[in-house]
Amino acid sequence: MNLSTLLAIPRVTPRAWHVWRRNLLVFVKTWQVNFFPPFVEAFLYLLAIGVGIGTYVKEIDGTPYVNYIAPAILAIAVMNSAFFECTYGSYVRMYYQKAFDAMIATPLSIEDVIAGELLWGATKSVMYVLIMLCVLSLFGVLVLPISLLVIPVALIGGLMFAALAMCFTSVTPSIDALNYPSFLFITPMSLFAGTFFPLALLPPIFGYVALTLFPLTHIVAIFRMFTLAALSWTMVLHLTWIASVTAILCVLAINLMRRRLIV
Amino acid sequence: MISAQNLTKSYGTFTAVDGVSFSVRKGEIFGFLGPNGAGKTTTMKMIQCVSPRSGGTLSVFDLDPDEHPAEIKRRIGVVPQETNLDPDFTCEGNLLTYARYFDISAPLARRRTDDLLAFVQLLEKRNVAIEKLSGGMKRRLILARALVNSPELLILDEPTIGLDPQARHLVWERLKALQAQGSTIVLTTHYLDEAARLCDRLVIMDNGRILEEGAPPDLVRRHAGEEIVEVDKTDTVITCLKGMDVPFEVAGDAVLVSTDRAHEIARILLERCRPRKMLTRPATLEDVFLKLTGRRLRD
Repeated sequence: MNLSTLLAIPRVTPRAWHVWRRNLLVFVKTWQVNFFPPFVEAFLYLLAIGVGIGTYVKEIDGTPYVNYIAPAILAIAVMNSAFFECTYGSYVRMYYQKAFDAMIATPLSIEDVIAGELLWGATKSVMYVLIMLCVLSLFGVLVLPISLLVIPVALIGGLMFAALAMCFTSVTPSIDALNYPSFLFITPMSLFAGTFFPLALLPPIFGYVALTLFPLTHIVAIFRMFTLAALSWTMVLHLTWIASVTAILCVLAINLMRRRLIV
Repeated sequence: MISAQNLTKSYGTFTAVDGVSFSVRKGEIFGFLGPNGAGKTTTMKMIQCVSPRSGGTLSVFDLDPDEHPAEIKRRIGVVPQETNLDPDFTCEGNLLTYARYFDISAPLARRRTDDLLAFVQLLEKRNVAIEKLSGGMKRRLILARALVNSPELLILDEPTIGLDPQARHLVWERLKALQAQGSTIVLTTHYLDEAARLCDRLVIMDNGRILEEGAPPDLVRRHAGEEIVEVDKTDTVITCLKGMDVPFEVAGDAVLVSTDRAHEIARILLERCRPRKMLTRPATLEDVFLKLTGRRLRD
């Protein structure tokens, strides 16, 4: 498969929403289990890092530490929920449950199925962000109502991480091998993307790497502008980066999965 | 319904389906027989529009699977070899969810679900999780799922694999009922009694090629004669048969003679060759199958 087939625009129909709906129905059936983690996660981060470490750090660039990390908690939730849904979750549906095989025996095409999975990953990011927004608002660590603007960004950011995840899923030889991108890419990113301390503290090379290779850097930067109500023109650059990378990754993810599943 | 000319599928240097031609007529039950690895499932996948062909022509409902996959798939029902029911839903949920993939409206889907659960005798299992079903129930539910779009063409890949005799008979009876309602059915199997019982016409495949095609009784007559004389293999019997100039085949510890004059041969054997054990029986599709595809183990 050459580059032009990998980057060819896939034909996706509105039937992709049937796949999205299937995942939503399953999610809603066990909603208690599914809504609990983001609640707890927001509390834990705020208490341990915000209040705990915050006692010593006090503030960063004039912002109370707990307020500084609040957008990072949201951004990491966007990343984790979409990424893990479209790696382990999608892999289980594809490989163990043979769900994609069952779906493509209907008018759904493999492009529809993968597009539905990506939309679902993005939806999960939005739902987690919504729940965490409630918790963070209770703690009064973000500026309202401008912070609500993180929701649409969570949707596109979720789509980006879902597509990134699906690219890994499309080439992984086994479910265990999915641990590599998780530990070598996702975990470092959650620490070194301007999340818990400013990138400027590190040698400049770290900043360059984070800005070019870590999608999370851009999400955190945008979220922080909203939750601290400190807008800057650089948001345009961050949004452009996210939009272009999301578009490319979505196309790649669908074409790579087609290559894996249609033989 | 389906017509294939010189249909080919290759994976790299391996040719799974090697230029097969066949056509399936409306309203018939058409079988694909063959040992493991013969290319039956690959052929099914090309018909189902989930695996693009490498060569030849193929049309389903006079449409090209490469050009109109969604239109074709909307009109076919598929029972796959592997059980791929959705474990996150109940029996009913599986049918309702699957109906949605066909853009079937919710009220119609509910009506069909009721009818189909009754059709495969699973009404009382409506709200049961998939993992709680027996193997036979799962296969029946998959059959119901394949019918959720009222397909004109039903494709079944090893429909009764792993089923107990009761469940197999139920599935056969249901397939006959569907045929009576006007459905066209294509199935693969390596149960020869199943093929003989169900299929109006069938092809026998091996190594990606079609070896024979015809109605089961014709195939039996053509390749295995009317009857088979089966004798225990001993040197005397073999020398004897050679002396009589009768063609025979050795299978394990038995010697098989296909013939139209079974009585005569049996009598001569009894009189001259002192067989330990002997029987005569009508020839079956199994005799044809083993004759054409050999007795070598596959896989």
